[in-house]
Formats: sequence, C-alpha cells, structure tokens
Amino acid sequence: MALPASRMRRRMRRYGLAWAGAAIVLAWLLVALLAPWISPYPPDAVDVTQRLLLPSAAHWLGTDILGRDVLSRLLHGARISLLAGFSVVLLGAGIGTTIGILAAWLRGWGEEALMRLTDLVLCFPPIILALALAAALGIGTTNTIIAMLVVWWPKYARLARSLALVQRSQEYVEAATVLGLPQKRILFRHVLPNVFGPIAVLCTLDLGIAILTFAGLSFLGLGVVPPAAEWGSMVSEGRELVEQWWVATFPGLAILTVVIGFNFLGDGLRDWLDPKAQR
Amino acid sequence: MAVFASLVIFLISNFVPGDPVLAQLGDILASDPAVVAQWRAKWGLDLPLWERYGIFLRGLLHGDLGQSIATRRPVLEDIVQFAPATVELATISFVMALVLGIPLGIAAAIWRDSWIDAVARVLSLVGVSAPTFWLAFIMLAIFYGWLGWAPGPGRLDPIAFPPEGPSGFFLFDTAWAGDWEGFADTLAHLILPAIVLAAATLGLITRTTRAAMLDCLQQDYVRVARAKGLRERVVVLRHALRNALVPVVTLGGLAYANLLTGAVMTETIFAWPGLGRYTFRSAAALDFPAIMGITLVVSATYLLVNLLVDLSYAVLDPRVRR
Repeated sequence: MALPASRMRRRMRRYGLAWAGAAIVLAWLLVALLAPWISPYPPDAVDVTQRLLLPSAAHWLGTDILGRDVLSRLLHGARISLLAGFSVVLLGAGIGTTIGILAAWLRGWGEEALMRLTDLVLCFPPIILALALAAALGIGTTNTIIAMLVVWWPKYARLARSLALVQRSQEYVEAATVLGLPQKRILFRHVLPNVFGPIAVLCTLDLGIAILTFAGLSFLGLGVVPPAAEWGSMVSEGRELVEQWWVATFPGLAILTVVIGFNFLGDGLRDWLDPKAQR
Repeated sequence: MAVFASLVIFLISNFVPGDPVLAQLGDILASDPAVVAQWRAKWGLDLPLWERYGIFLRGLLHGDLGQSIATRRPVLEDIVQFAPATVELATISFVMALVLGIPLGIAAAIWRDSWIDAVARVLSLVGVSAPTFWLAFIMLAIFYGWLGWAPGPGRLDPIAFPPEGPSGFFLFDTAWAGDWEGFADTLAHLILPAIVLAAATLGLITRTTRAAMLDCLQQDYVRVARAKGLRERVVVLRHALRNALVPVVTLGGLAYANLLTGAVMTETIFAWPGLGRYTFRSAAALDFPAIMGITLVVSATYLLVNLLVDLSYAVLDPRVRR
C-alpha cells in the first residue's frame, strides 16, 4: 500500500536528517584520518610575527595568539576529540553491557551487588565526579578518558540488564537451554545480538555528549596537555580575545557540528529501530 | 545513598595519585618533609583511613561538613555563601526554558511538519549540541564586547556593593530594600548567563513536550472531546496538555537538578560566585572536604527534587491520588 503523501514527506525528512548526520560524522572522521596531509601548516608551528591574523587566503581561519594556524589546529583537533569520544563510549558501553548482562544472568546476590554498585555511581552528580577524578588523576588525555569512563558505564549496565531480563524469558532462550547449550554460548551468541540494537542507538546519541564533556573538561584545563591541538582548549585559549573572535569561534563551531551530526544520526537510528517512536 | 556517595568520594580521594599537599603547598614548600608532615597532621591526613571517615561522619551528624583545605573555612559556610547565586541563576534559566519550551513544543505538535515544527526541531538540536562554554563566549563577544548591550561577567557592577538582604538572592534582596537601581543591575547581569545555561534545558523541554503532546493528541479522549464539540483551544490546553505535562514534569525536575550542577561551565566563564565555580575550584585544588560537602548537598537536592516531582504527579493526574 502506498503511503499517504504527508507521511512520505515526514519519513523522507526524518531519514534525510539522519543521512545528513551520517555525512557530517563521516566528513569529520575523514578529516581526523587525513589531518596531517590536508592541514596547510603543522598544528604547533609557532610564529610570533604572524600572531592573531585575521582569516585570509594564507590562513583561512586566521592565526592564534602564538601565530599558529587555526585551521591546521582545528583539523588536528578532530583526532583527539573523536578518539576521546569513541574510547569513552565504546569502552563505557563494553564495560556497562558486560556488567548488565552478567547481573541479569547471575540473579541472587551477584545481581544485587552489581546493580547496587551501578546505583552507587549513578547517584553521583556526574560532572562533579568526573571533575574530581580528572583533577586527581592529573592532566592528560588518557587520564581524562579514564575519569569519564568511571561515570560513563552505569547507564549501559542499567539498559543492558533490563534488555537482557526481557530476553531471558523469551522462548528461544528456553529452547537453547533445553537443547543443552552452554550458558556462555547462549549469552554471547543469542542474547547479546538481541540487546545490541538499543545499545548501539544509545552509543550514537552518547558520542555527542562524550565529545562535549571531554571538550568541556579540556576547556577547564583538565583535559589535554598543552600545546596539544584540542577544540575545548582552543576555545579556552581564545576566550579573552573578544576582538579576535576567530580564535575561539571556529573550534566551537567544530564541536557543534560534530555533536549535531551524532545527534541527527542517533535520532534517525532510534526511529529506524523502534517504529513505535516514529512520528 | 548520599552517605554512601560520600564514602566513595572519600575512598577515591585517598587512592588516586593526586596529592592535596602538593596542590596546596606548591613545589618548594612540599620538598621539605617537616613542613609536609606538619601540614598533614594539621588536616588530619596522617590518621588512618577509617578514623578519618569516622571523624567526617561524626561531624556530619552534627551538621558539620568539615573544613575546606583551600578556603580554610567550614565547608558548610562556603556552600551556604555560594548556593544563593547558583539557585538564583538556575531558577531564572529554568523559568526561561519552561516559558519558551512548553509553548514551542505544543505549537510544534499541533502544526506538525510546518515551519514552526522545523524551527523547534533545529532550535532544540542546536541547544542540546552547542558547547556551553562556547555559547557563553559567543554571547559575551556579541552582546558585551561588540554591541555593548549587556554588562560583563560577575553578579553585579564591579564597583557596586552587594545588597545587605536576608536571602542572598540579589533580585529579592534589592527589591526588598527598594533598591531598584541594584535590581536592574542584577537583572542585567543575570540575562546572558541565564540564556547560556537555559539553552540545553530549552532543547530537552521542547522535545519532550512535543513528543508527549503528539502522543496525547492521538488518544481517544481527545477525539471524544472534539466530538463533543469543544473548542480546539480547550481540547488542546485542558485535555491534551494536562496529560502531556506528566513526562515534562519528570524531565523538568531532573533538568532543574542538573542545572544546579551544570552551572560549572557557565559560572566559571561568567565569573559567577556560585556553587559551580566553587566546585571547579575545589576539584582543581583537590580540596576533598569541599568536594564531599558539595556531593552531599547535590545528592540531597536530587532526592528533594525527585520527591517534589512525585508529589506533583498527584496534582496533574487524579489517578495517582488514591
């Protein structure tokens, strides 16, 4: 049956946004991959005679307070931001999902212990915990990622547990148990693929948040070690330079576009996987 | 749960490599073992772990959160001093987000797929996606640096005296004292940080309202109401909106509690003397008594807000009242 025109239009636009999101994300991934080859200058080439130049043909996005080319730093910044975002979300989702599925399978005191631990971390104000941890571990990309991981996994544990509990009572699991398949095999070959979809959606939407948080911690001086080219710390370096607006504006726009890309993509994925939410 | 949270922060604070001694004394003083030992003894850092936690808990029962290492004042006193600035800022931006977000969400749901729906969608996505610290920079650059419409960072003009009011909420205190000049100054200083802080909340509220309204407008009771010949305005505002507000209130409560903690970035940039900036400073200085105090207060706020949200269900939904 043909769809009514209005619904057709709606669907087109919905997935149109998702495709746009995918294109933005893909473009930034390419930039991150090719940064050393497409940057016009090395990202940390200091030249004080060229400081705070307006955007021009030689420096498309101008230069910063040390005469470094903003465009080159911005392109290299994609590497750190995307790497940090992906590490936090993938590791966080991995740890959280494992704990959640284990909890759903163990039942009894094992589940109790794992879920209490999850609740414990969840009841923290995440920003405060991440700030305190990042400050305590010391400045550096890896340390910041670890600090974020500590507050990141619980939501995945919650989600994975509730999804796995639903799967557990499904007939195919009973059938597999009756057939005498080992528990480990049932868990990883049968249950895991079935809880994968919603977790993947959460990951996509989460990537934007992770990139924002990492940039925020860097902005506060708790993320990367200077003079690393990172978007959050680039905005921080330009925050006093209201006249030289380009120093802080462009890295911020870079963050904005990446996060919007992941949000569009995640939104579309959610609708695609859950037709009930489609409107 | 809040006490458990304090235990975790307490344990973390003692097992991570960062050392408050170094952060506080600086390299030169910290290289003298005698000074370090004396300093440790002064702050009780030489006692065994369980004893220190016991001291903290005992203090807690007496309403004492310990003493901040960085400000050298009781943590509770610090929090009481900084909290009003944050509550004032968060409340103003929350009201802004609600006043703009709910009507926008309703309009987007009623005229679905129209230009207003598109505007609402883009606005909420940008609001959720924009880095707070960058938004703050842009706002300051445009409205303070370039146009000169808004005053600079801070809660008041640098030469103004803070009002001597009872509450610490400057809007209230200046109005109380009849100081309308101070009131205007306070309001002018509030606007930019409030907009920045409201951006993400506005996006969330708009999206939730839209989705909930769409859901409610498809329900049978809305069809019945229309069939009874009620005016569309009554159908939308009385029948659909009231039910749609339940998820909005749930999210709103959480968002308000988040505003209180999310103020870290906004307050740092706008030099806003509130809890957010205090949190950042305490974390950067590894001032663990202060961090534990803030954690406790924030966790308690979350619990309180959740309670209020639960209670509000009864007002919105008579079925809950039984």
